[in-house]
Amino acid sequence: MKNKYLLIIIGFFFFFCFIVLFEGLKNPNVYKPKLQKEKSLSQFEARDFYSNKRISSLDIFSDNNFYLINIWASWCIPCRVEHSYLVKLKKQNSIKLVGINYKDNFENARKFLNEFENPYSEILKDKDGTLSIQLGAYGVPETFIVNKRKKIIKKIIGPIDQKTYNEVLKIIQ
Amino acid sequence: MKLIKFLFIIFFYFSSSISFSNDKITILENKIFKNLRCLICQGQSVYDSQSEFAESMKLVVRQKLEEGLSEKEIYDFLKNQYGEWILYDPELNVKTYFLWFLPIILFILGGAIILRKLSVLKK
Repeated sequence: MKNKYLLIIIGFFFFFCFIVLFEGLKNPNVYKPKLQKEKSLSQFEARDFYSNKRISSLDIFSDNNFYLINIWASWCIPCRVEHSYLVKLKKQNSIKLVGINYKDNFENARKFLNEFENPYSEILKDKDGTLSIQLGAYGVPETFIVNKRKKIIKKIIGPIDQKTYNEVLKIIQ
Repeated sequence: MKLIKFLFIIFFYFSSSISFSNDKITILENKIFKNLRCLICQGQSVYDSQSEFAESMKLVVRQKLEEGLSEKEIYDFLKNQYGEWILYDPELNVKTYFLWFLPIILFILGGAIILRKLSVLKK
């Protein structure tokens, strides 16, 4: 009798383990640092893309506007894909676009902007990638939406597509 | 001559102490790098990885150490940016009590079972 109970308990235990592991298989095994709650934009200093002058984030994010921070590079292929959405967003009055040029060559980046149009009102240099890390970025391209209270309210990992573009429009309107 | 010898000793003493303090920083740096997970090549630490992300992360940690931040402050900063997953050592909190205490509970249970079996055998 005792053995029977023991067998049932062991059976249940293995079944439980099986269910847990089986369900676990369905989860993606690559972790992405999603934004769980809105986060204050940390203060930073960076160099301007064209003039190479040091600028403080306080001066860049001074208007009572929404801001879109986009990390991009001329060597990044997905950045070309999302670029048309950025150009479209530039036409919206309620949002300003700030570009962070990630580990790029100045000439290539300048050519990229000339070829595809410059959607940014301000571009910052991130030669060694440290600025992106300070912002909590994961790679290129990556986009953050900052609200009027200077809080990061949305993070888009990877290129902007039609779906995320609509989401951004919804936020700023 | 004595003065030169004296200066030599002073010079070597200070140069060795400087390199010693540098070693100390490197040890701390490496300790932090080993506890940070590289998010690009997951499964590798920032110390092991040579991805762009890991290289930038190393620079940020170095900068923060130079600014005088402690190890815990650096972890807190990165946790705020990337979530707790960035750290290899899970912190002790409500979500991880089970993880931390399960081995101890299993150890005590195992010990109790062995003791019981032994006392049964003795009888």
